[in-house]
Amino acid sequence: MNLSKFLKNGFLILVASLVLTACATQKKTGQMQGDVYTGKETVEYLASGVPDRVFFATNETVLTTASRETLRKQAAWLRKNSKINVVLEGHADERGTREYNLALGERRANSAKDYLMTYGVSADRISVLSYGKERPVDSGSNSLSWSKNRRSVTVKAN
Amino acid sequence: MLLRYLFVVLIIIPIEAFALIEVDITRGNLSPLPVAVSPLAIDKDSKENFEKLLKKKNLGSEISVIVENNLRQSGLFNPLNKDAFLQKPDIANLKPRFEDWNLIKAQALITGKVTFVDKKLRVEFRLWDVLAGKEMMALAFTTVPSNWRRVGHIITDKVYERLTGEKGYFDTRIIYVSEEGPKTNRVKKLAIMDQDGVNNKFLTLGNELVLTPRFSPTNQMVTYLSYFKNLPRVYLLDIETGMQEVVGDFPGMTFAPRFSPDGKKIIMSFAKDGNSDIYTMDLESRIVERITNHPSIDTSPSFSPDGRYIAFNSDRSKYQQIYVMDKNGKNVKRISFGNGLYGTPVWSPRGDLIAFTKLHKGKFYIGVMRTDGTGERLLTENFYQEAPSWSPNGRVLIFYRETKTNSKGEGFSAKLWSIDLTGYNERMVETETDASDPSWSSLLSN
Repeated sequence: MNLSKFLKNGFLILVASLVLTACATQKKTGQMQGDVYTGKETVEYLASGVPDRVFFATNETVLTTASRETLRKQAAWLRKNSKINVVLEGHADERGTREYNLALGERRANSAKDYLMTYGVSADRISVLSYGKERPVDSGSNSLSWSKNRRSVTVKAN
Repeated sequence: MLLRYLFVVLIIIPIEAFALIEVDITRGNLSPLPVAVSPLAIDKDSKENFEKLLKKKNLGSEISVIVENNLRQSGLFNPLNKDAFLQKPDIANLKPRFEDWNLIKAQALITGKVTFVDKKLRVEFRLWDVLAGKEMMALAFTTVPSNWRRVGHIITDKVYERLTGEKGYFDTRIIYVSEEGPKTNRVKKLAIMDQDGVNNKFLTLGNELVLTPRFSPTNQMVTYLSYFKNLPRVYLLDIETGMQEVVGDFPGMTFAPRFSPDGKKIIMSFAKDGNSDIYTMDLESRIVERITNHPSIDTSPSFSPDGRYIAFNSDRSKYQQIYVMDKNGKNVKRISFGNGLYGTPVWSPRGDLIAFTKLHKGKFYIGVMRTDGTGERLLTENFYQEAPSWSPNGRVLIFYRETKTNSKGEGFSAKLWSIDLTGYNERMVETETDASDPSWSSLLSN
């Protein structure tokens, strides 16, 4: 075996192991950034390319960059479909007291509402409903499940 | 229906005996007091009448079993096995042979008699100090036979009060939320039961989500949150008539309701445009007052028993903490300063403590602190638990606890638990279904 062939094989092995590592990391953290859910598993669509929900970090109500992008798509779609009204359903994960979570869900839905309004959707087309921690989409007791449940979902009202 | 039958309590032999025995309730249940609860004596006629009426073979023993269970559950008493009793119920009630009771190490003895008089249930009972060989208390009362379980609870309350020096909490009810179905779509109903888990009744059908029921001080009314027509609002329910009405019909969500100590107002949160503040509504005049006005979340308000202060939950310092303010919203002071987040403050009926839920490093705790935030004591730690509610004498807390689900989402349950203020005597309260959001009534009779 000459040196170049040895190096070539070694390189292949190195590449293979890098790919494997990448896969492993992907599996572990690919669905969350920090503790905000970035996966697609629970997401439904208002129309093609218009996701129905945005996700939040623990105890947070601020919109992430990805959430703002989703809401801009929703706003554009709502401007085009001016007869459709929506309910923004705000949710929290199970790791908080019931009453505080009701308030938190209401605040999350309103963050989304404010953003939709900034992008030209009139306030009278949007109502807000907080479910607190009462309606999780994922019943698991782990951080990935909780991240899916911290959400505001835009639902057609008519 | 529930409360219409007021008890006539007649003290027939009020003897102010000097108690040699007493139960120290500040030290927990390290050595529960051995007590013998003799079956209540019953004559043949009464026995047959009650059997026809209530389908209970021997009402005398049934009532004594209620007393026995109550005493055991309190953790302060150790009711002795009836098999060891040497004296017959009727003779013991006339004049106990104290040597016999001493022999089985009973320190206190409860005896009594039930009779069927004018279609009513007449009960007398006596509490005896075995070591001193003296009667400590004797009471008799008459009620409708269907109230027989309450008779057992009232006897326990009287015995508890005589031996501990504090009011009991046995003739009481718990209102709670019954839960069924998958975690992602729970069906919730209001339910009410006696404090020992018996006489369970559902008050709503489960058509809409209901949360956080709380008793009025008179026990007749309940305030709670209902999602009727998908509009989360605070409601008022009369448990005698079943009449319901919305009280928090504001343009937004109203939630976290509780009564003021005089029962005349409801204090609650009102959420609008992403901000929750605390309001009161006078139930007679319907006048609404805004108590807090702050861009943070303000919720879970609870009045002090004298009505002068309000404890509440706010995240005005970024995360959930407990605050106390005057009843008009002035002089807001943060009182929780330990590590972690604090929620669900509930003022003790005695006024000296505030019970709370604490979240720290992924664990939930039920604890108490003084009303200025000092003297924090954590009573119990678990994966998830919250929403403590005080027994009317301020000795016991009832709360709910949820279990972790596995990776398949299985294994979830929600149950009611109670724990003594001392941190001892933690026990599950049996319910027909899963259960959450318990609220303890005040004493039904006094």
